[in-house]
Amino acid sequence: MTDKFDTSKPIYKQIADQLYWRMIRGELQPGDKLPSVRECAVEFKVNPNTVARTYNEMEREKVVKTKRGQGTFVTTDENVLFDLKESMKKIHIEEFVHEMEEMGYTEEEMVASLQEYLDGRDTND
Amino acid sequence: MIEINGLTKKYLTKTALQDVTLKIENGGITGLIGENGSGKSTLLKVIAGLVRPTNGEVTVNGKAVSRRIATDVAYLSELDAYYPFFTVQQMIDFEASQFPDFDKERAQAMISFMKLNPSSKMKTLSKGNRGRVKIILALSRNAPIILMDEPLSGLDPMVRESIVESLISFVDVENQTVIITTHEINEMEPLFDRVIAIKNGRILATADTETIRDQQNLRLIDWLKQEYR
Repeated sequence: MTDKFDTSKPIYKQIADQLYWRMIRGELQPGDKLPSVRECAVEFKVNPNTVARTYNEMEREKVVKTKRGQGTFVTTDENVLFDLKESMKKIHIEEFVHEMEEMGYTEEEMVASLQEYLDGRDTND
Repeated sequence: MIEINGLTKKYLTKTALQDVTLKIENGGITGLIGENGSGKSTLLKVIAGLVRPTNGEVTVNGKAVSRRIATDVAYLSELDAYYPFFTVQQMIDFEASQFPDFDKERAQAMISFMKLNPSSKMKTLSKGNRGRVKIILALSRNAPIILMDEPLSGLDPMVRESIVESLISFVDVENQTVIITTHEINEMEPLFDRVIAIKNGRILATADTETIRDQQNLRLIDWLKQEYR
């Protein structure tokens, strides 16, 4: 049941990443209410204190807003959500580039092979 | 808060706990981990007032621990402790008659959550369902302290999962202090706020679980192995 998490890294951050992913994919829309801390803890099968920490962290990063007595909501500030998507994009590109470098590819080869892959994918569809 | 000062427990010539000094703040779930015979169960029994220290002091929220601490401390035994001729419902009614803080509504909610039949006799229940009933009895109390000795031990994966889920759903982690001994470290680690490693009757280390992950990038089992070296 812990297969969702890498337990050598802080769990509260991994839950935040999963919730950010839902926002980027549009499963959670701007202004949507997040599940309560307890509901979220049950879903991820973690200690509710960990989810409370996730919500605090997301609030500190201004991605969610807690309204007293009403719950926690996804920000309606599109700029924040845009930045979130951009930073997620950057992380994945960095990872890709790093792995390709490890394998000894040059920048030109990376661009060329990425283009080749995308072209091939188009014709296969 | 649970405060333990210079606690030693000897059984005849065998030392189960040796000069244990420990403070456990209120709230949250603490895992008490260590190998067989390290003193985990004895430590829980001392806090529950079931075993008297040979030396040292133990207080729970300022009260010296005696058998009467049962009003403040809910204790789940590793062994089965029930009347076999009782039904599940009678077992719950009995527990409710013994402890004023017993929440019957929560017990009913947990019975349906665990999909138990309240009119089944205890002696006819499977081992897994007996394990579930024990969890209901412990978690239905609004006791400030809940001690659970090996709640997952010997149970199948489905029962273990339903017990973990019920801990998340029914413990009030802000107001209740839960201490769990377990060997199922991988399954329980997302539940622990902090852990205490114990070996040969001595406390090796205590730590906040997210701090272990953040600063040492270790899974709990690897942290325990490191402390045991």
